[in-house]
Amino acid sequence: MFKSRLKVGTLAATLLLGLAACGGDADPDPGDTGTGDTGDGAPAGEAVVDFMHIWPAGSSPDHHRIVSDIIAEFEADNPGVTINMEVLENEQYKNQLQIISSSNQLPDVGMTWPAGFMVPYVNGNRFATLDDIFDEELNEDDFVAGTREAYEFDGQTYALPVELNIAPVFYNQELFEENGLDVPETYDEFLNVIDTLAENGVTPIALGNRDRWTGSMWYMYLADRYGANALNDAIDRSGSFEDEGLIQAAAEIQNMVDRNAFIRGFNGLSDQEAKAEFMNGNAAMYLIGSWDLPNFTTNEEVPQEFRDNVGFFKFPEVEGGEGDIDSWVGGPGVGLFVSEASDVKDEAKQFVKYFVQRWGEESVEDAGVIPGTQVDTDEVELAPLFIEVLDELNNASDITLFADVQMNAAVAETHLTLIQSLFGNEVTPEDFARQHEEALEENQGEDEVDFDDAEDDADADEAVDEEVDEE
Amino acid sequence: MDKVMSNKKIIALYVLPAFALLVVLVYVPIFLTGYYGLTRWDGIGERVWVGFDNYARLMGDSMFWRSAYHSFLLAIFSLLSLVGYLIISMILAGKIKGADLFRKIYLIPMLLSSVAIAQLWMRIYHPTNGVMNRLLTSIGIENPPLWLADTSIVLYAIFIPIIWQYAGFYILIYYAALKNVPNELIEAARIDGASPWQIGYKIKLPLIMGVIKVTIVLAVVGSLKYFDLIYVMTDGGPNGASEVMASYMYKQAFRTYNFGYGSAVGFFLLLLALVVTWLIRKVTESKEDNVQY
Repeated sequence: MFKSRLKVGTLAATLLLGLAACGGDADPDPGDTGTGDTGDGAPAGEAVVDFMHIWPAGSSPDHHRIVSDIIAEFEADNPGVTINMEVLENEQYKNQLQIISSSNQLPDVGMTWPAGFMVPYVNGNRFATLDDIFDEELNEDDFVAGTREAYEFDGQTYALPVELNIAPVFYNQELFEENGLDVPETYDEFLNVIDTLAENGVTPIALGNRDRWTGSMWYMYLADRYGANALNDAIDRSGSFEDEGLIQAAAEIQNMVDRNAFIRGFNGLSDQEAKAEFMNGNAAMYLIGSWDLPNFTTNEEVPQEFRDNVGFFKFPEVEGGEGDIDSWVGGPGVGLFVSEASDVKDEAKQFVKYFVQRWGEESVEDAGVIPGTQVDTDEVELAPLFIEVLDELNNASDITLFADVQMNAAVAETHLTLIQSLFGNEVTPEDFARQHEEALEENQGEDEVDFDDAEDDADADEAVDEEVDEE
Repeated sequence: MDKVMSNKKIIALYVLPAFALLVVLVYVPIFLTGYYGLTRWDGIGERVWVGFDNYARLMGDSMFWRSAYHSFLLAIFSLLSLVGYLIISMILAGKIKGADLFRKIYLIPMLLSSVAIAQLWMRIYHPTNGVMNRLLTSIGIENPPLWLADTSIVLYAIFIPIIWQYAGFYILIYYAALKNVPNELIEAARIDGASPWQIGYKIKLPLIMGVIKVTIVLAVVGSLKYFDLIYVMTDGGPNGASEVMASYMYKQAFRTYNFGYGSAVGFFLLLLALVVTWLIRKVTESKEDNVQY
């Protein structure tokens, strides 16, 4: 009997590896390969910098090529330093980063997302501060206002941006013409566009809300146009989600849903699927970050006919609302961090600096990535649509960072789930606001706990100091 | 051979590699997960010992119980589907034309990876271009269901590919077991005038009972820890309508950085599966039971 029990246990346990196995699988860490390489007869004084990024050669060939070129240049300019590159795809990368950082084995240089994503890493003292690399060649002024700040905590910079995006509403010019529509400048005109398209049997807006951040962007624009800074204030707790403008914005989302503004079954579609509908000409509008601009301009795999057809407009103004039309939803994407535990920190910081500068020069033209550093639109050769977006970026009055990025992970998860419920008419705008408030309140409590821990540490340090004094 | 096997050192030599692998890859992670479950940990910084706080929270976490309910629903559906698989294998094991071809057809889904299956079914369920809704529209249904977007049907919509995915596996097991039933017994029964129904119910079924019990355990435990298709097809959405325990665990640990709480969910899931396995054994226990699993 005992024997058979044991077998049952083994069976169930094997089937149930689940979470535990996730931790176990990830053991091969980039740190090991690095030290392994140095061990292979490299002369003393050589530094190997491990670098992890998220652009595989297969799915992001242009990005990958530029990165590899920059690495080659850096190695040529800095004899004795070798960059050891490891590439993982986005989601995999996020999981891997969490796992290896729990055993304090982050790569020397890696990529991070701003604000909320970084909080646990900064609190856990995993990232090094980068303020000491700023000099005449590269300093705060070289970055588009507000981008570097997204990686800043307590006045210290923990990563440098390599990507910046804003989210325009892209539209199909041909479909607009066929239905006798003009680009809407006010929200009422926008609703009129939606109604006309819907009546004529054209899907007004392609939305893949299974991914949830897609729907969040629509909500954020309405929130911005109705309540200006109310959303930011609510998130940093100087305001409240029960702000009138924010509730109004949530109500307007449901108004749009009721007008059949969004594609059928949007809550079950991924962003990729929704994009396909827009690119096949089945939907007239699509709100997405400027990272998709290459698809609408230079990507040869997309039919020229369609690319010529795409235009964009700014999310229209709301009458009586507080926001202005030049305020965008967007923000920096990934940035580069240096690991606090790195034993080649100086070289790593040098590399980050070099990378950010070179990337700023190359990325727009060659990969269609808007860098976090400023771009002179007179000097680059780009598709007109691209230049227009870049000019809008330079004229932006404000950029509101994606809400789920601003929030810390737990609140972001609540926000995203609530977005799906809001679009699915499963929650009233009032409850939508109230549940956000609850999540933010609850989480503020947790932040305080972290803060207490930090104080404890400080106390401990003081105690040590006192002991030293006594000696 | 006997001489070799009586040498304890040699026995140890043979057993050790597998045993070491098992300990390192299975038991140590389980133990660690149990330990992490007793801490508050974001997966990155310091671990703070909180005792059974996570489990207390788990007991009152309505979202967890909702996903547990979904997992149990899946287990029930899997059990019901076993009956279907059994009937299909009985037909296949009987001498019908083309049995071999059908057996291969049923086996195909098993050879596909979960992600491929998910992609396939996402296309089938696509609200406007999907095969399913095209079909429904063509026979005159004006507003076909939004399979993966409708909170009231999404869970059942995902059950279908899950059950389809494992059909081949169970049919293969049953088929093999049925082929092992001695032909003499069946011929003897036929000579005594037993109908095909009687042969199936009174002779074949009791003879493969041990195998059936194993499949029951596999199906139930497999359902409780099910993750793949749900993660790819809906990510537990919309609004948690298709969340199951494993996907909830994943979200807690890797999305919201509650690694401690996620570990508690995972460990609880393990305990739950052990209890259910034990219960199934108790319920299906019989005196002449000699199949051990």
